[in-house]
Amino acid sequence: MTNPLSRAEKLSSSAGSLVLDVDVLVLGGGPAGTWAAISAAEHGARVVLADKGFCGTSGATAAAGTGVWYVDPVPERREGAMASREKLGGYLQDRRWMARVLDRTFTQSNRLADWGYPYPVDEGGKPQRNSLQGPEYMRLMRKRTKQAGVTILDHAPALELLVDENGVVAGAAGLRRQRGDRWVVKAKAVVIATGGCAFLSKTLGSNVLTGDGYLLAAETGADLTSMEFSNAYAISPAFGSVTKTLFYSWASFTDEEGSRIPGASSKGGRSVIARALRRGPVYAQLDEADSETQRHMRVSQPNFFLPFDRTGIDPFTQRFPITLRLEGTVRGTGGLRIVDDDCATTVPGLFAAGDAATRELICGGFTGGGSHNAAWAMSSGYWAGQGAAGFARQLGATSKRQVSRRGTVAFRSGNGRPLQAGKLARGVQGEVFPYELNYFREAGRLGESLRRLDGFWSEAADASAPAEQDLLRAREAAAMLATARWMYRSALARQESRGMHRRDDYPEQDDRYRHYVTTGGLDEVWTSARPLAFAQYSEAAE
Amino acid sequence: MIEVIDTERCTACDICVNVCPTNVFDKTDGIPRIARQNDCQTCFLCELYCPEDALFVSPFADAPQEVDVAALKEAALLGSYRRAVGWTDESRQLRTADRSYRLFGH
Repeated sequence: MTNPLSRAEKLSSSAGSLVLDVDVLVLGGGPAGTWAAISAAEHGARVVLADKGFCGTSGATAAAGTGVWYVDPVPERREGAMASREKLGGYLQDRRWMARVLDRTFTQSNRLADWGYPYPVDEGGKPQRNSLQGPEYMRLMRKRTKQAGVTILDHAPALELLVDENGVVAGAAGLRRQRGDRWVVKAKAVVIATGGCAFLSKTLGSNVLTGDGYLLAAETGADLTSMEFSNAYAISPAFGSVTKTLFYSWASFTDEEGSRIPGASSKGGRSVIARALRRGPVYAQLDEADSETQRHMRVSQPNFFLPFDRTGIDPFTQRFPITLRLEGTVRGTGGLRIVDDDCATTVPGLFAAGDAATRELICGGFTGGGSHNAAWAMSSGYWAGQGAAGFARQLGATSKRQVSRRGTVAFRSGNGRPLQAGKLARGVQGEVFPYELNYFREAGRLGESLRRLDGFWSEAADASAPAEQDLLRAREAAAMLATARWMYRSALARQESRGMHRRDDYPEQDDRYRHYVTTGGLDEVWTSARPLAFAQYSEAAE
Repeated sequence: MIEVIDTERCTACDICVNVCPTNVFDKTDGIPRIARQNDCQTCFLCELYCPEDALFVSPFADAPQEVDVAALKEAALLGSYRRAVGWTDESRQLRTADRSYRLFGH
């Protein structure tokens, strides 16, 4: 089944655009995208991977490094790993999916070792595979993607999907921003692996993650789910970008006067920090790390220390101001709804992987941190690539397909006033960054915010296409806006507190809401309740 | 944000232009230009990939900073991240130094 040497077929590269014809197009070159591309190629597909930035450095993982939900296949350990976060996630996880993700992550992590990833070995001589250095991991994944025969397009953001006359996704079109021309890739199946949306908050490595894939998919009619679980904030030095919240479990938190802030903590006390930040500056100091722990921290995450070493702060002995940066759906659990074991979306020919896809199946309503997301990227990437290759094979020859472009906002002739990307992006940030809107939610505030966001949407939808050089920024801002509207509509629909979604007006978890909230739509955003999979099974059995 | 491409060290290989995920640099006939500094997300990856240790990313994410290149060189801060992750010949042993497994579960 392996056919790694068949490459994408170039149809033309004239007239200011590159046109390729392939079986599978993968959008996004982070962990999920590279695993999807390799998997599709290994299942016999000709594959193109298009990344907005540079495959190998773009995305949340490349800059940061991450834990991995890697658990030895010992029944008790697996059971413990699945049970440990069920309560935190509000009992929305799916055990069947958790088990298959643990299996697949184990396999893929071990393949990384075979490919030469330099996993550390512990004092007892055992390789430790539950953590990955981002730059190292993604440099290797780029190399393996190329070796699998995948054609990589760097600095090639997708702008819109192509769809055939039957509504089947048939490729995408975008820009080659360093060449100043366009690309069109006709494909029999597309994998969206564009990551989540962190709203240009500068949380480490996440400014390429503006929800682009959600918008592209929604324009073809795809559903999203669990978008209310989108209010993850990460701790960073107030001046810096390095968000590494784990290390703050050794921190004490103080106010301007130097008094301890009661209850403030990285785990289970971050909301206290958010409340304190509304009153004034908050300081942290990692004074609970002993010298051995300090040494482990230094070698495990050198980037954590860059902001300190370069400003002359010793974070272990001196306090420094901190802030909380919004990680949105990158650390949230929402995303495109997947409908089968191949990570297909609700639109034929369209698959989703990584943070672009929902992680409700393994995390429920609470982030699994980088660890679960990394496991999900490996697993869903593998399945989406396999599924897309299979879909392409079944579709067979498609030379008669009439394809059309699905881009909406920022592509229209409009009212003569060009869409202003910068202004729109700042407007959206003003609705999603404030803790009183997003972290601590309440019907009145959410409703007011949605009214403003809906206003932005009407304006953007009526606006004219911007100048060519502003098109990508305009589409990114539109994707951020669409994401914010799905988040807050879903947040209004969940009249309880569960997982990371907290409502000041409904502070308790409510059994009537133990379901998923599906959402979608562009001009009109809708939501609906969807039962858990195991609830469906039990009904079917009755 | 990226503040400096050191003109003494830069060999105009354009690796930084290629690898920057947010497309901050432009190619020129010589040394690349920091063309869109405001798009810098302060991920430090250009610096990490620079084989000549010619770049310096200031840790201040939201505002440009004045930096003194001579002082940075004096303090061996150019290339410090590359050395710390084991991407130089002298520091290769650090590629397997990750002790995260000792930190998880705290």
